[in-house]
Amino acid sequence: MLDEVILLDAYFSMFGMRVRIALAEKGVEYEYREQNLLNKGQYLLEMNPIHKKIPVLIHNGKPICESLIIVEYIDEVWKNNPLLPSDPYQRAQARFWADFIDKKVNDAGKRIWYMKGEQQQAAKEEFIEALQLLETELGDKPYFGGDKFGFVDLALIPFYCWFHAYETFGNFSTEEHCPKLIEWAERCEKIESVSKSLACPIKVYEFVLILKKKYGVK
Amino acid sequence: MLDEVILLDAYFSMFGMRVRIALAEKGVEYEYREQNLLNKGQYLLDMNPIHKKIPVLIHNGKPICESLIIVEYIDEVWKNNPLLPSDPYQRAQARFWADFIDKKVNDTGKRIWYLKGEQQQAAKEEFINALQLLETELGDKPYFGGDKFGFVDLALIPFYCWFHAYETFGNFSTEEHCPKLIEWAERMAEELENKLRAFSLTEEEKNEISLVAGDIHRSMKECTRSLLGKICGNKRANFTGLRKTICFIWPTEGPFSIRGMGYNYYPVCVHPKDKNMVKDGKMDL
Repeated sequence: MLDEVILLDAYFSMFGMRVRIALAEKGVEYEYREQNLLNKGQYLLEMNPIHKKIPVLIHNGKPICESLIIVEYIDEVWKNNPLLPSDPYQRAQARFWADFIDKKVNDAGKRIWYMKGEQQQAAKEEFIEALQLLETELGDKPYFGGDKFGFVDLALIPFYCWFHAYETFGNFSTEEHCPKLIEWAERCEKIESVSKSLACPIKVYEFVLILKKKYGVK
Repeated sequence: MLDEVILLDAYFSMFGMRVRIALAEKGVEYEYREQNLLNKGQYLLDMNPIHKKIPVLIHNGKPICESLIIVEYIDEVWKNNPLLPSDPYQRAQARFWADFIDKKVNDTGKRIWYLKGEQQQAAKEEFINALQLLETELGDKPYFGGDKFGFVDLALIPFYCWFHAYETFGNFSTEEHCPKLIEWAERMAEELENKLRAFSLTEEEKNEISLVAGDIHRSMKECTRSLLGKICGNKRANFTGLRKTICFIWPTEGPFSIRGMGYNYYPVCVHPKDKNMVKDGKMDL
């Protein structure tokens, strides 16, 4: 029986990109359904009634929500090309850093384009500090996963296509503060699953302009 | 080689309680170290430099941080009595609800005691709404995990001992809004206490306990579970309760002391490693 895999997603979502990369890494065929987040469809609301958010992976009719939970699910169902390490301690470390990205990078990044003045400045500093901690964690390894692209790489790389927007609105350069991290990002972009899953940074910037207008943020 | 397991924690932390429950469910011996969160020790800062928070589990010198990540680690290293289901879809559902608890129950609960007026009222409503969603998810099952205590049960039950505080500061009753959830919580607490009552020693074992190190360690494990029952069920475990609990498992004659931190409330695990604890054939706690 053929698997039926559907992904409810939105082009600009870093969280959706994580799932797209995971599915591509595993070579899973799936149906991508772009969602209108300003006018959410009934199917999305039925598949994720609690949070009403994307991404949602629907595998043979059963929904899985929350990007990192979806990625772990994918890793457990499709066992080729593992994303998480097999050692329990290394797995705990990978989960820790993915959680750090969710808590620190995502939140600070959003506040850079959403806020102004002192609050924006604080957000920039937190954002850069978070990236520098990640850069230290990366060290001399080619990937966070070590020799190959792994869970933490996948968790972080989608934010890279939002950097241009953050930098423009926040008036700073990530490369100036974290050159090794930018090098890592450029290395990841050469991977096919990544390059075909990430949104175009210019389009992300234009999208954020629309969001700013919508939320009345100047 | 014996495992060295240390838990840096703080008595009142729901997140720390999750780890204590997981370790107890697996029967893992560990050293509990109460942390002063107002004056964080260097060891804690070295072991969790990024977030500087508890709980931190240190296994053979290597630290693991974040309560649910620690619990998953424990589940993977000690494979007895699994906490997560084996089916990937069920695992994803368990992780989803544990994440929901972190995002919705924890945050709103804090705002109930932290805020006033309209903001407090909004927090109360969101809190009750979150509990009602969990109650619906529980449905008619005895546990969130189905037939047995599992990951989601473990993720949620520590908040139960904070309900009294939320209810008092927020002036509301959780039982009124989510009776089935309270019934589940009370059952969890009772089960933890029943595990204690089911444990009884033969005369021979009582004699052996004060003499043989292995028996001391076994009794320590049961001691840990009963103290969890006290914490979850009665919402506090003061010195009197602790003494009663230890005497129940393990009647001793004469006075004994508990190596504590000088507070009224004592940590879950009594420090097991001191050779001086056995004096004249009797256990000196």
